[in-house]
Amino acid sequence: MRPRSRAQRRAADTAIRVAMVPSALIGIAVLAWILWEVIARGVGAFTPAFFTELPTPPGMEGGGLGNAILGTLLMTLLAALLGTPVGLLAGVFLAEFGPSSRIATAVRFTTNLLMGTPSIIIGIFVYSILVLPFGHFSGWAGAVALAILILPVVMRTTEDMLNLVPDELRESGLALGAPRWRVTLGIIFRAARTGLVTGVLLAVARVSGETAPLLFTALNSFYWPGSLNQPTANMTVTIFNYAMSPYSDWQEKAWGASLLITASVLVVTVLARFVIKDKGGRA
Amino acid sequence: MTATEERVFVKPPSEVAKQRRGEIEDASRLPVKVKIRSLNFYYGGQQALFNNSIDIPAFRVTAIIGPSGCGKSTHIRVYNRIFEIYRSHRAEGIVEIDGKNVLSPVTDLLKLRKKVGMIFQRPTPFPMSIYDNIAYGIKLHYRASRGEIADRVEDALKRGALWGEVKDKLSEPATALSGGQQQRLCIARAIAVEPELILMDEPCSAIDPVATSKIEDLIETLRDSYTVVLVPHNMQQAARVSDFTAFFYKGHIVEFGPTKKIFTNPDNKQTEDYITGRFG
Amino acid sequence: MKESTAAIANVATCAPRDQSRPDAVFKWLAAACALVVIVIMAGIFFELVRNSGMAFREFGFSFLTSDSWNPIAGEFGAASSIYGTLVSTGIAMIIAIPLSIIIAVYLVEVAHPKVSGLIGGAVELLAAVPSIIYGMWGLFVFAALMQTHVQPFLSRHLGALPLFQGPPMGIGVLTAGLILAFMVLPFITAITRDVLMMVPPVLKESAYGVGSTMWETVRFVSLKYGRRGIVGAVFLGFGRALGETMAVTFVIGNSHRISASLFSAGNTIASSLANEFNEASEPIYLSSLFALALVLFGITLVFQTIAHYWVARMQRLEAGDR
Repeated sequence: MRPRSRAQRRAADTAIRVAMVPSALIGIAVLAWILWEVIARGVGAFTPAFFTELPTPPGMEGGGLGNAILGTLLMTLLAALLGTPVGLLAGVFLAEFGPSSRIATAVRFTTNLLMGTPSIIIGIFVYSILVLPFGHFSGWAGAVALAILILPVVMRTTEDMLNLVPDELRESGLALGAPRWRVTLGIIFRAARTGLVTGVLLAVARVSGETAPLLFTALNSFYWPGSLNQPTANMTVTIFNYAMSPYSDWQEKAWGASLLITASVLVVTVLARFVIKDKGGRA
Repeated sequence: MTATEERVFVKPPSEVAKQRRGEIEDASRLPVKVKIRSLNFYYGGQQALFNNSIDIPAFRVTAIIGPSGCGKSTHIRVYNRIFEIYRSHRAEGIVEIDGKNVLSPVTDLLKLRKKVGMIFQRPTPFPMSIYDNIAYGIKLHYRASRGEIADRVEDALKRGALWGEVKDKLSEPATALSGGQQQRLCIARAIAVEPELILMDEPCSAIDPVATSKIEDLIETLRDSYTVVLVPHNMQQAARVSDFTAFFYKGHIVEFGPTKKIFTNPDNKQTEDYITGRFG
Repeated sequence: MKESTAAIANVATCAPRDQSRPDAVFKWLAAACALVVIVIMAGIFFELVRNSGMAFREFGFSFLTSDSWNPIAGEFGAASSIYGTLVSTGIAMIIAIPLSIIIAVYLVEVAHPKVSGLIGGAVELLAAVPSIIYGMWGLFVFAALMQTHVQPFLSRHLGALPLFQGPPMGIGVLTAGLILAFMVLPFITAITRDVLMMVPPVLKESAYGVGSTMWETVRFVSLKYGRRGIVGAVFLGFGRALGETMAVTFVIGNSHRISASLFSAGNTIASSLANEFNEASEPIYLSSLFALALVLFGITLVFQTIAHYWVARMQRLEAGDR
């Protein structure tokens, strides 16, 4: 038996320590770089017309992405309205009704699979059930695709948050003779509301930046979203189309849309994190 | 005396009860509120209660004592079947409240739990205002006008000995109250739905001595209108507030009798060893 | 007080509410919502199989092994897309796994809490940036850097390897792999950091107590203690990289050709779908794209199931240890 060289052990330790700082800096640098480019290239596109007017053909002055902004808002809102209630109730099922039952285990596993399913697959699925049979792209199909992305995230958050509520609270509600549904909706949801609201917000913010599920469902449009029964303009697909185009004014608009969407998603994310941290501090 | 109290205090008021506690009553001569026969309880495959049989006298405070882990909480958690929310927990035997076996599958759980109030080790204020905490239970069980509910809330808070401290801040969140106040709020909340039997599982274990004595005073007054089963957090509390005491050991009921007798002259050697602090 | 008496008497005589039925309804409603995910998963599988039937009948097993993708001749094979998917994901993981773990260790064990909070926050924000933004940045900013600096540097020093030959075009498989690495890095880092923070201090103290260095403590105690969570995080990152669409589509160059060089343009399953799905006019073309989607779905399913059982097995083994 030979003793290990202490010098070697120290050297390994030092090497790792030295490698750490530049590695960690990469994390900050990439974020800063992306943000910088998005802001620097996008802010020039921000004119009043950008938010309120319809797009113009390439080379024509002015115009904006008002229709895409409105379309993204509409479809995201609709997706949240479709996906959130179902996700909340499904989360209730997992956390409150026989959390270890066989069916709950199967649902939980499937939820993980659905969360790991690439969003473009969801887009293709919705295409084949809501676009092919009807013969046209639609905002509804886009909203459904986004809702399918929201659903598993809300389910998991709900389950986690409800599990944090102490059993004693559940028991004292039931001990009063309250039925299960009132205890859940009136007491447990209220006790977990901060976590639930931020969880839903984060999920919605994340899908609002999704592109792949909209490519084959909502498609895109140069017009105002008059009805969700037709192709619906949205920011992310617009970014894709404009960025891939050879026209510099379209590319500039793509950067503007990138800035808008990045800023909204990051602001919601940061706010949600603050709320969670604040709550953690008080608890 | 007001009409409210006339209606509720059908039994001797607390002064009489205090005197009475000096005497040794014969439990078998009192009306029985809960009659338990050969109750066994299992956590999954592990048995926690063995063949428990006991008669809980009506309008008295019965304390359940014993070393920790002996099944005290498990025992009272059968009375309102709250254990059932956990899949692997199972009880068998007879638990009759007013002559009806609550373990029967046809028992209406909501009705049962209205009749049997429960107070937990830690205060469990619901995440809403003080007022809504009390009103919650009332609204659950009754259709009542706003005014009726307000009266009922006031009444419950008075009987929970909390009215004076909270009457000016009813709309504040209940979580802002002190621990002792929260626990009295929980008692008032339980009282508000008009239970007949109140279970208390170490209600003072998480609060300070001053708050504890307030709750003990409150329990004193509760026996006039309710049957109380209490798991005290120490033996002194059992001696102070209870009329009858049951000694539990490893899931068995070793001895049951008037508190005074149990603490001064127990029949059983194990009881005596526990009371005198030789184990547990 | 008199009023309240009347009120109470009044209230007490009201008929109690019957509430057992709503409870059953609530439970079934919740169960139905939970079953929605199973219906969706089954629906995805069914639709993909149904729509890809024509392609599999036409090409059979060779759909998976052929690298010819010719919409005009009506010949389709998935090999180049599968290859591109695996290679770009591989590059991403080779870079992201060690980097993430080192950053996580730095954040938990070494950095000043304020620095750790700052960098940790930046990492979490990186995870929230939409993938299309990575695509924009990758195409307009990062690809230029690759073309002018990174690729010439690599071919100068490692040009002997076939991996790094060919003209520096900026976009290509290597660039896509690097962008993917940036995208999965925050996920793995964040989870690894949380896992390392859960290691009980006693455990670390006892490791330091027998004379371990920081790195030895991390390597032999902390990482071991948290290996289940870290393996889970790595699988999660892998799954994201496999199915990532927009960021890759922007920078991979979209060519159905298998090339030894990482500088050359390629494609992934997801990028082919994004580019071609709306243009597929022939039924066999569309069916082949559905088949491609089915392959991707199958890969992610198989992969996640393996991950699930592997992590569960580790959990059992650990439980056995203790």
